[in-house]
Amino acid sequence: MRVPPLLTLVLVAIWLLLNNTIAPRDILLGLLIAVLLMLAAAQMRPVQPRLRQLWVAIPFTFVVLWDILKSNWNVARIVLGIVKDRRVVSGFIDIPLDLRDPHGLAILAAIITSTPGTAWAGLSEDGSVLKLHVLDLRDEEEWIRMIKQRYEQPLMRIFG
Amino acid sequence: MIDTDLSAWVVIPVSLLLVLGGLVTLIGSLGLLRLPDFFARVHGPSMGNTVGTGSVLIASMLTSSALAGRPVVHELLITLFIVMSSPVTSMMLMRAALYRNKVREEKQQAARAANAG
Amino acid sequence: MSVVFSSAVWFAQTCFALAMVLAAVRLIRGPAAQDRVLAFDTLYINGMLTLLMLGIRSSSTAYFDMALLIALFGFVGTIALAKFLLRGEVIEP
Repeated sequence: MRVPPLLTLVLVAIWLLLNNTIAPRDILLGLLIAVLLMLAAAQMRPVQPRLRQLWVAIPFTFVVLWDILKSNWNVARIVLGIVKDRRVVSGFIDIPLDLRDPHGLAILAAIITSTPGTAWAGLSEDGSVLKLHVLDLRDEEEWIRMIKQRYEQPLMRIFG
Repeated sequence: MIDTDLSAWVVIPVSLLLVLGGLVTLIGSLGLLRLPDFFARVHGPSMGNTVGTGSVLIASMLTSSALAGRPVVHELLITLFIVMSSPVTSMMLMRAALYRNKVREEKQQAARAANAG
Repeated sequence: MSVVFSSAVWFAQTCFALAMVLAAVRLIRGPAAQDRVLAFDTLYINGMLTLLMLGIRSSSTAYFDMALLIALFGFVGTIALAKFLLRGEVIEP
């Protein structure tokens, strides 16, 4: 039985943050707890992610943060009613998806739902079509291209 | 209340972050009240969950680090937790709403068919 | 400087209190059950932020643990409610 290293490190970091310390004693205790927990959890989570080009994740994080800020601004304008020249129409769109890795899909779902203005509304049975609810549905093609290029491409490079 | 042992280098960014976080969260909750239907309302609270919580937690980290004289970063834990949990919540609610709308429509159709027949 | 700081803290606290009121209105009014659950979710997040503001004000770390607990239990509660709306029971056999 092998212990996934990245997840163990994350667990140790959570333990240290919870105790708000970096004393060696706590690091040792955290490592012990994390390894025991990982051994216990290995049977429940058999699928391990295959990370291909992990460095893509660094610029991708900033892209996502910037998009979250920008869409906060857009949604705030809609809520306050400053969008004058047109009516705001919201609705569902279907996006054909090429990403198949479950970890990549989970991260895509978290990103899309965290961004105000777009919300994940479900995946078709075979996992090929993503249903999305968009608050400001002006140009459907534009949204599909945005999701595929900005989010799906980097995730496919990370998770192969 | 905190006395004057905080320098301007901490006070100004912290104040800006707090004002930003408060405004964004308030607008998000206003969206929860103002937007027309459930699927539009989902987008309101996600503003407060991202920028609102984020800026308040950064402000909290800055003040407690400045007061303690060493980096205090355990607020990152709340950030991590909110980042992981709030998409799951709204995805589950979205699915529940879609499912309940479908069930209601099917019931209405059945009632209409029964009335017609 | 402390005037700037205390008024910023006051402003943010007022904003969170107002946001809690708005969420409570939606919680009472909400036409469907899913609206109420969403409003409940917003309400506890705003409550957690208010606690964090109290922590900044009194420069004590005791509020941090309470905020963490609210975030944890609120999440579990909302997920249980959403699961109930989806299937009619929380833990399926």
